[in-house]
Amino acid sequence: MKIKQISVFLENKRGRLLEATEALAKSGINIRALSIADTSEFGILRLIVADSEQAKHILEKNNFAVRENDVLAVAIPDVPGGLASVLKILNDKGLNVEYIYAFVQRSGEKAIVVLKVENLDLGIEALVERGVVLLTSKDIEQL
Amino acid sequence: MYWNEEIETIDRSNLKKLQLKRLQGTVRILYEKVPFYQNKFKELGITPEDIKSLDDVRKLPFTTREDLRDNYPYGLLAVSRDKIVRLHTSSGTTGKPKAIFFSKNDINQSAELIARCLIMTGVTKDDVLQNMMTYGLFTGALVMHYGAEKVGILVIPAGPGNTERQIALMQDFGSTCLHLTPSYALYLSEVMESKGIKPKRDLSLKRAYLGAEPYSEETRKKLESMFEIDIYNSYGLSEMNGPGVAFECICKNGMHIWEDNFLVEILDPSSDEPVKEGQEGELVLTTLCREGMPLLRYRTKDITKVISGDCPCGRTHRRISRILGRVDDMFIVRGVNIFPQQIERVLMSIKGVAQNYQILLESYDKLSVKVEIEQDFFDGSIEHLLNLKTKITEKLKSEILVTPKVELVEPGTLPISEGKLNRVIDKRTL
Ligand SMILES: [Zn+2]
Repeated sequence: MKIKQISVFLENKRGRLLEATEALAKSGINIRALSIADTSEFGILRLIVADSEQAKHILEKNNFAVRENDVLAVAIPDVPGGLASVLKILNDKGLNVEYIYAFVQRSGEKAIVVLKVENLDLGIEALVERGVVLLTSKDIEQL
Repeated sequence: MYWNEEIETIDRSNLKKLQLKRLQGTVRILYEKVPFYQNKFKELGITPEDIKSLDDVRKLPFTTREDLRDNYPYGLLAVSRDKIVRLHTSSGTTGKPKAIFFSKNDINQSAELIARCLIMTGVTKDDVLQNMMTYGLFTGALVMHYGAEKVGILVIPAGPGNTERQIALMQDFGSTCLHLTPSYALYLSEVMESKGIKPKRDLSLKRAYLGAEPYSEETRKKLESMFEIDIYNSYGLSEMNGPGVAFECICKNGMHIWEDNFLVEILDPSSDEPVKEGQEGELVLTTLCREGMPLLRYRTKDITKVISGDCPCGRTHRRISRILGRVDDMFIVRGVNIFPQQIERVLMSIKGVAQNYQILLESYDKLSVKVEIEQDFFDGSIEHLLNLKTKITEKLKSEILVTPKVELVEPGTLPISEGKLNRVIDKRTL
């Protein structure tokens, strides 16, 4: 139920984001979802890819500071209020959402978003209980 | 255990009397024998009679490295050439070296100081000292050698290099003490590790004396745990006899500086005024027992501070801290004197900070520090990075009294620094 996310430390140096994405592109790694968290001085690039092990390896080889961790990906009905209903489930359980970002979708009637919940296991439990569809790593590979 | 209990534990007021007597003697000889000092005294309008108290040392002229070069080779001799038995030189980065001459008494005196130092760390006649400093014009090895012989221990004059042979010597002769530079000690420990040599199991090492290069307390701790021995700091410079000027006792809390041989001043390098006891400044030394080439107020350019309070070992000679920096590396931001080593010390004490950093000076009121984060520290959390940045900023501020602009950078992106100076990039123009 959990999927792998890769975080990359980007010091605020022009071109570093480009270098990271280019390094992945060269190795044929497709970025499924991406977000950049930014402060005035540095940023963190968050990525979901099919093969996170390989992506991590490539980025490390290119001298990036990389960390792999778990997040949740949920399919949300593409209707008004779809995302809000998911967030409400977590909120009702008192579970904090640290950040959230959307997938790059080719088509489909469902939107996919990545959620970083404070306590992943409780998050999964709450969502599954309410019938929310969680994506597995397999799903990500097949996207 | 003392080598010379009477002098090592001398009452401070008697020590001061002794210092004054010796200072007056030294001043008189220089006034009579050395034209360089005669001229200086004339310029300052002083005579030996003006030195009535130890504080009067401040009336005396300084001696600098440049003075030593200008008077190369024989200009600063205070005795006739036939009284000199040894030459050492101290190399400069440019131009002529500095020549240092020893009379027979000077050789004995420097050996006496080394003997005190060795005994101070618990050495006995049963010890075996493997001397891994360079034998030659550099004072490091020979001065230690003579002192160790004076104590009566077996000295192995190994010199540096040829690490496999060094290890073989340690194994064959059961070396218990090493004398070497910190960088060679680090290298030696790596070689031992790669050869599967466990010091505790395979060797008889008890202690090592590290000197001739600056190194941090962290490095000492690291080396102590790798070799499983005690490591003692040694301070000296060729201009002041070489090693043995100041040395750590078993308390390992600062180096006792032999004040019966050296008159110690610690001066603010920008004003030449004495700093308050315990504050950092340039170590300025006057030789009190030297015969061949006495020097007045020699500017060592080394930054240190006096560690106040009595030492549990009972020695009354004051302690100085390890060398905290070099005057030449000092820079000024917002009117505050800052040494790169202060910044390094703070950074290296913070978890999450990697080895590399860079100090950027872009204007006279702004200091930026680029800090590489440790690969393992990065866990994807912005909050942790921001906390680290705040921690670095605050710790630096409390050390250097200026709030720096701290920038976290990716591991491995700053140039690897070979010398301390490369860490400081000064873009300011006058
Ligand atoms: Zn002591």
